[in-house]
Amino acid sequence: MNDKKVIWKRKPLIKNRLLRIGLILIISTYLLSVFLTTEIDWQRILEGIPRGKNFIFAFFPPDFITRSDEILAGIFESLWMTIVATIVGILISIPVSLGAAKNIAPKFVYFLSRGVITLSRSFQEVILAIFFVKLMGFGPFAGMVTLSLSTIGFFAKLLSEDIEDINKSQAEAIKSTGSSWFQWVNYGVQPQVMPRFIGLSLYRLDINFRESAVIGIVGGGGIGSTLNTAFDRYEFETAAAVLIVIISIVMIVEYTSSHLRKLIK
Amino acid sequence: MPIIKQKDYKTWKKFDRKRDLQNWLCWFLGTLIFSFCFGLISSKTIWFYVFDSHNEALDLLGRMFPPETNYFFTLIKPIWDTLNIATIGTTIGTLIAIPLAFLSANNTTPSKKFLRPLALFCIVSSRSINSVIWALLLVAVVGPGVLAGIIAIGLRSIGFCGKLLYEAIEEIDENQIEAIEATGANKAQIMTFGIVPQILPAFTSISIYRWDINIREATVVGLVGAGGIGIELDAQIGDLAWAKVSVILLTIVVAVVFSEWITAKIRKAII
Repeated sequence: MNDKKVIWKRKPLIKNRLLRIGLILIISTYLLSVFLTTEIDWQRILEGIPRGKNFIFAFFPPDFITRSDEILAGIFESLWMTIVATIVGILISIPVSLGAAKNIAPKFVYFLSRGVITLSRSFQEVILAIFFVKLMGFGPFAGMVTLSLSTIGFFAKLLSEDIEDINKSQAEAIKSTGSSWFQWVNYGVQPQVMPRFIGLSLYRLDINFRESAVIGIVGGGGIGSTLNTAFDRYEFETAAAVLIVIISIVMIVEYTSSHLRKLIK
Repeated sequence: MPIIKQKDYKTWKKFDRKRDLQNWLCWFLGTLIFSFCFGLISSKTIWFYVFDSHNEALDLLGRMFPPETNYFFTLIKPIWDTLNIATIGTTIGTLIAIPLAFLSANNTTPSKKFLRPLALFCIVSSRSINSVIWALLLVAVVGPGVLAGIIAIGLRSIGFCGKLLYEAIEEIDENQIEAIEATGANKAQIMTFGIVPQILPAFTSISIYRWDINIREATVVGLVGAGGIGIELDAQIGDLAWAKVSVILLTIVVAVVFSEWITAKIRKAII
């Protein structure tokens, strides 16, 4: 017995052996069924590889100059759209987030606001944009409406969670002075959620700019339209330039917004 | 918080005069920027269409109801495809994100000067290009279909997972690694026994979170031809078959709510 080595083994991730084997079985059957039901046209892919190579090489060198006016106009349009949409979206989401906070709103308002949030969150910006472009015509206005509405889902959800986490005694102290409901929200709740509020607004500004690049593809104006036009004209050098511009602006916006958020904290 | 003395009584104000002025200035500047931007937008807007939009919306709603419920059965395959795009895409994305995260975390990167900026650049560029744009590019390369969607979602997920993961790696407890090191473990052993167990919870919650987002994104990559329910949506909008479009929209809402419910359940079970 003495010369028998004691070997240490790591504990398995899932303790229950049956569950472990079951999970592996489920996952492998799932993968198998995916593989069987997905039609992948290997012929097309083999054809596509040289075509893809040409396609990617068509992007080089990026051409900033030929369409520089359109690229600049697209970027500025995206920026205006982003700023206006973020502000409008936040203004609408303030009442919604108050309504979606369990500790403030009555049951009826709570469910209504949660419904609005879920609805706004379930549709991607692109789908919303298709409808608003159809309703309001092409151009940045439709894009702005889309971005504002999708801001609600994001902003109101996160802000209402923060409102639910506030320190109750502070809010109660304000209430005990005999304040009205508006005074109570303004002096008891608002100062407590303000840091989060500013952080979220900056974050959303960043997201909205990124999304504005996509909704242009379906006609919502901004840099996305420029990109789509470049693709449609087979001017891939210009498309590459647009993509590079988008990436660099997103990088700048992200760095500044994360820097600002750190500053505020 | 100043108390202002009027003639014979005191009042309380939240801010003193200077702070009040600053606030006012900020609001003024904000309003100025807002109206300037809005002016530029409105100059490019045909207001006739905007003011007419409620009629258009009512008309559209009228065409959407009642939804053509039978149509749902033809949607089952596209829904299955959408689910696969999201799941397989997430798997691929997270798998590629792991090495990238190790390369870009300050405390695990092998070379700070060369590999780290490169990995960070990959992460940022994957994050800044939306999955629809990725899909647009990939449909041209691999052809329309589920595969393009899977790759698009995968590429898009790399950035998100990579960023969150490398932040998690940077926050690990160094003492545990030192303890493993003290046993004479080599680099690979330090990795598997010192770092991986510490980031595993973060990794699971990140991938589940990304899966939830990807279900949403997988519904739209089809709009540019990359498989899933988006293809149906695009086709039916093109056909102006609004009674079918409403079925698709309802299905998307149900799918998204369902995925949110599932992720909440899994997260509760794991954490």
